Amino acid sequence: MAKKQVVTSNINGEEVEFLCKPQQSLLEVLRDELDLTGAKEGCNNGNCGACTVMLDGHPVNSCLVLAVEAEGAEITTVESISQGGELHPLQQCFLEDAALQCGICTPGFLVAAKALLEKNPDATEHEIRFNLANNLCRCTGYDKIVKAVQDCQTRTKEAVSQ
Amino acid sequence: MKDFDYAAPTALNEAVSLLAQHNGSAKILAGGTDIIVQLREGLKDADVVIDVKKIPELTQLSYSAESGLSMGASVPCYQLYENPEIVGAYGALTDSARIIGGWQIQSRASVGGNLCNSSPAADSIPSLIANNATAHIVGPNGSREVAVTEFCTAPGKNVLESGELLVKITLPARVSKSASAYLRFIPRNEMDIAVAGVGSWVKLSEDGNTIEDARMGLCAVSATPQFAEEASAFLRGKPATDETFAAAGELAKKIASPIDDMRGTVEYRIHLVGVLTKRTLKIACERASEN
Repeated sequence: MAKKQVVTSNINGEEVEFLCKPQQSLLEVLRDELDLTGAKEGCNNGNCGACTVMLDGHPVNSCLVLAVEAEGAEITTVESISQGGELHPLQQCFLEDAALQCGICTPGFLVAAKALLEKNPDATEHEIRFNLANNLCRCTGYDKIVKAVQDCQTRTKEAVSQ
Repeated sequence: MKDFDYAAPTALNEAVSLLAQHNGSAKILAGGTDIIVQLREGLKDADVVIDVKKIPELTQLSYSAESGLSMGASVPCYQLYENPEIVGAYGALTDSARIIGGWQIQSRASVGGNLCNSSPAADSIPSLIANNATAHIVGPNGSREVAVTEFCTAPGKNVLESGELLVKITLPARVSKSASAYLRFIPRNEMDIAVAGVGSWVKLSEDGNTIEDARMGLCAVSATPQFAEEASAFLRGKPATDETFAAAGELAKKIASPIDDMRGTVEYRIHLVGVLTKRTLKIACERASEN
């Protein structure tokens, strides 16, 4: 029986120490040990993206990361997107554009879309769809999701020009 | 998932001795996008999982115009396509890296892992074959090199012996007026497994009108990805025209021996080899004329 290991990571800006077995995924540890239940388990095999978190600045499926691999890593989850009770503009746009129905895919979409807008603020519709291809929405709300991301681009530009 | 131990060696010789100690019951973890799923679904078993991402030789990525590309076996896909020099020199490889899974997969998945997983439909392997890549292997009896063309032996099987580890993949330096491209066919726009895939590399004459040399690799149309040798040889000395590309496509079809499955029929897959060969040759020639 493999022993539990102590892992230290920076999660949402805070140093966190947790115990895990080698076969536990980062997703399991986030949800079951650390009570960060924003990342969702959809397919548990890397297809759906509902468990997307940022690992050292890159979006990953947390179901395909062993928690022990997160030693020394910097992780941000959907919980870090709103600040001080204020929704991030992207979240506000998802809300206003009704870019969700059941909501299971939303945390993954938010994390991936935020990463895309930070990397490529002027992403075209094609680029948005291409980069969000690892996130599945089974309520088939893709058009509204893409529109919410585009609205967030517009809103951010307006805020900058004002 | 079944219980296993986890080791993250920081030196290559440590990884080799760990592999030797566990005599076949150890599994290598690079990006984890295949192996974690296989362990979870019980398709593979491990007593110990060896994370190779702390070993310098497996994480280094270096490119120079003189010596070409050296890619550690655990280098994730995004590092390839985010590097403009690598995109310019090895178009087929970066075409592949950009469409293996989605963004989240590409943050972790490596070309080395794609090669070692040895799927008949592996998107990076035709591009490695087209770019004449070499696999560098280390094991208990020292190191050896294997041409990527010879690496895969059956679906999910390859030349790695028990205790051996893929360290890096090297690609020769780009010669002038050469370029490559990869295309696959999938019924969706993104995130699917190739029904057929073709990677093509060409070297044109200085005036750009004649193909001096070419190499094509195919995937998803036989038990292992293949080098389309006859079609490649045919192209030498031929004019870079649509007729030539189509004729090469017909020759490439001859070595396709696909299976019928939910992704496509035998007839359809063979047809796709012709179409994709033609199209990738055209893109590769266009790219070669530009640089």
